[in-house]
Amino acid sequence: MGSAEPEGTDWVAAVAAVRDRRDAAAFAALFRHFAPRIKGFLMKSGTAETTAEEVAQEVMATLWHKAHLFDPARASVATWIFTIARNRRIDAIRRARRPEPEELPWGPEAEPDQEEALAMQQETQRLGEAIARLPEKQKDLIERAYFGDLSHTEIAAATGLPLGTIKSRIRLALERLRHQMG
Amino acid sequence: MTTTIRHHLNDALLMAYAAGQLPEAFALVVASHVSLCDDCRARLESFEAVGGALLEETATAPMGAGSLAATMALIGRGPKDPIVPRYRRGAVLPAPLRDYVGGDVDAVVWRPVGNGVRQAILPTARDASARLLHIPPGAAVPHHGHRGLELTLVLQGAFRDGSERFGRGDVDVASEDVQHTPVAETGEPCICLAATDAPLRFSGLLPRLAQPFFRI
Repeated sequence: MGSAEPEGTDWVAAVAAVRDRRDAAAFAALFRHFAPRIKGFLMKSGTAETTAEEVAQEVMATLWHKAHLFDPARASVATWIFTIARNRRIDAIRRARRPEPEELPWGPEAEPDQEEALAMQQETQRLGEAIARLPEKQKDLIERAYFGDLSHTEIAAATGLPLGTIKSRIRLALERLRHQMG
Repeated sequence: MTTTIRHHLNDALLMAYAAGQLPEAFALVVASHVSLCDDCRARLESFEAVGGALLEETATAPMGAGSLAATMALIGRGPKDPIVPRYRRGAVLPAPLRDYVGGDVDAVVWRPVGNGVRQAILPTARDASARLLHIPPGAAVPHHGHRGLELTLVLQGAFRDGSERFGRGDVDVASEDVQHTPVAETGEPCICLAATDAPLRFSGLLPRLAQPFFRI
């Protein structure tokens, strides 16, 4: 946000183009938007520039290989990329293993509902706006939690966030998927 | 699969896991519980959405010249790790635990720790420890107090801790100053995953003597 580049479903369509057609132009657009953000995020978390550059490239390569695992009904593209970057950071910088939850047996749908995908992307954007409107002190606490400046015991103070709507939406998406496969 | 879970993870644990700030042993408990609990999966993914929102807002750092070409070359070398689905119907251990054990519950190498209780310590980073416990029906997990946080996730059978019952998928979050005595229910043996950031202090004499040898 605050950039001139298109937001929302455009990124969902770009990931789908990478998944379906190995579309290099769509990937380049994703790269231009997200790689500098991943690098900035990592550097803000205390990672040296050369490592941050390397990890950002690895994250974008993972996006290419795992495009078929992205579920736009449950996450925005930015959220999905955040989780890949987080896992790579733990792996490459903290040198610890990252236990990940079991995948859902049904996986993402081949053609997720457009409206649901759009709603999820917009919901994440609204969440970003809501965070931006928080009192400076609380916003700072949340940023420090995600940039690694708070220990897991200190994080409790940062948990009071307006997540009700987005959580219900994800919960519904999980339920609907389970129902369809049931 | 998830309808009977009554004891969940708290927001602090889910947020710390989403942010990538939990010690590995605790992250293993969170990943295992989330594998069994759609409610906590939805809460976790909403905390991950916070990470996504922060990533979108973060100040950018320009990528090096030729970085896109370098990334395309990286892609050409194929995925770093094989991408295989980690789902198996009917397994006792959820996928993240199977990754550590090298199989389901029949692959666990148990060691006796007294009173019929057996354990298997899992290889994690040393800032916290994780073990699987196998408790015979009706047996008590030896008394222990805490100096830190302890998470116990039930994978098979059930135990009672005071008036509370913990069955498959339930997670017991205990912190300092709690003196608790979980007792396995009669029926099948209780298998659980326990993680702690402080060594357990057993108040029974024998188990305490055994502590240095068994890493209880």
